[in-house]
Amino acid sequence: MRAQFKVNGADVDVDVEPRLTLADCLRHHLRLTGTHVGCEHGVCGACTVLVDGAAVRSCLMLAVQADGVEVVTVEGLSHDDHLTPLQASFRKHHALQCGFCTPGMITTAHALLTNEPNCDAERVREVLSGNLCRCTGYISIVEAVLDARSAYGHETEGTKDPAKGRDDRDL
Amino acid sequence: MKLPPFEYACPSDLSEAVALLAARNGDAKLLAGGQSLVPMLAFRLAAPALLVDLRKLPGLRKIDVSRNGVVLGSMVRWCDILADARLRTGHPLLLAAVAHVAHYQIRNRGTIGGSIAHADPAAEIPGIALACEAEIATVGTAGPRLIKAADFFIGPLMTLLEPDEIIVEIRFPAWPAQRRWGFQEFARRRGDFAMAAAAVWFDQDEGGRARNAHVGAIGVGDRPQRLPEAEAALNGRMIDDAVIAQAEAAACAAVDPQTDIQASAAYRRALLGTMVERALKSACSGMGES
Repeated sequence: MRAQFKVNGADVDVDVEPRLTLADCLRHHLRLTGTHVGCEHGVCGACTVLVDGAAVRSCLMLAVQADGVEVVTVEGLSHDDHLTPLQASFRKHHALQCGFCTPGMITTAHALLTNEPNCDAERVREVLSGNLCRCTGYISIVEAVLDARSAYGHETEGTKDPAKGRDDRDL
Repeated sequence: MKLPPFEYACPSDLSEAVALLAARNGDAKLLAGGQSLVPMLAFRLAAPALLVDLRKLPGLRKIDVSRNGVVLGSMVRWCDILADARLRTGHPLLLAAVAHVAHYQIRNRGTIGGSIAHADPAAEIPGIALACEAEIATVGTAGPRLIKAADFFIGPLMTLLEPDEIIVEIRFPAWPAQRRWGFQEFARRRGDFAMAAAAVWFDQDEGGRARNAHVGAIGVGDRPQRLPEAEAALNGRMIDDAVIAQAEAAACAAVDPQTDIQASAAYRRALLGTMVERALKSACSGMGES
């Protein structure tokens, strides 16, 4: 069955079995292996991608359901030659160890910060509760996400130089 | 595990969807948000021959708030409910309960109709539908039906839905501004299924005595329950700590939870009592959830 959609800005056209999940379609048909598949039943969050801007679990969505939508994967949130502010913040705060959960953390955090740049630590924790990390203990991940808020237009007193934050914005 | 093989259809009108279901005579499943069905497929707990995707059906994504109550189309997602400011007064109890439904990513796809049809005994919204006397509007080969939530849930993952019926709306009766309510849930991690949860509400007569009390229990039986014994302990009374203690005791005595991997029966029973107690205290304080 055919499905046509956009992935990271490019049009794709795949012919897949209905039972193929969007996660497996991205990895095996489109070779976008940044999206990780952990539990395959919607618990771990490693496979999180953006569908029409919303963070969703790509293991709980069929590829054929993506027909007509716009998908952004972790590859679409990165560059070959430099780190985005969110990635740089993860590096600065040691917010990853083995890295398996990181694509899901990045896509989820990007959706959160895009929609709610002024979110507080409690909100970050609540949103990330849908993503499992077996290495870090989460504290460093929460710190990294909070620290990246300035790049998304965070507007509270903590932002010393908001103009600079916006100049650096490269999402 | 990878999903079992199935055929897939994505009809663009309701009658076509009903016809597709009817033609398979029970071997087809509706796909709404897929947040419960796809895990069921992955575990091979379900292996239907056909999935009928509802995403192109028109008119199922509306939220209508009026003096007659709140009507939610079956394809309304959790994130749609949380984003609708009208529901803060239109149905604060529903809103408070939806905030406990699953995690961020799930709430972006999961639907209210899907949750009602799935009928997990530990899910919030079947319990809220029951406790609030909601009605479930369906369409099938035999025509439209309006089913009371009290009749709809008949066992774990079992409902009154016929194989060719589709939920189109969930209708909640109007919510008076003065109504007292509380919702409390305990889960090991916010967003996980409830180990026990309680939804309570009551109105007050001119003297401040409770009337029309409703007490709903979630996660302590094979389906959501109302607890008439606990409601009787509240009706006609000024709600104070002694009355709350009586309602708590009545609630504990009324449920029959089973021991499972999450908790013993005795623990679940005690937990439900505590949830009822806390929900009544928050109802009295007018704070709803806190």
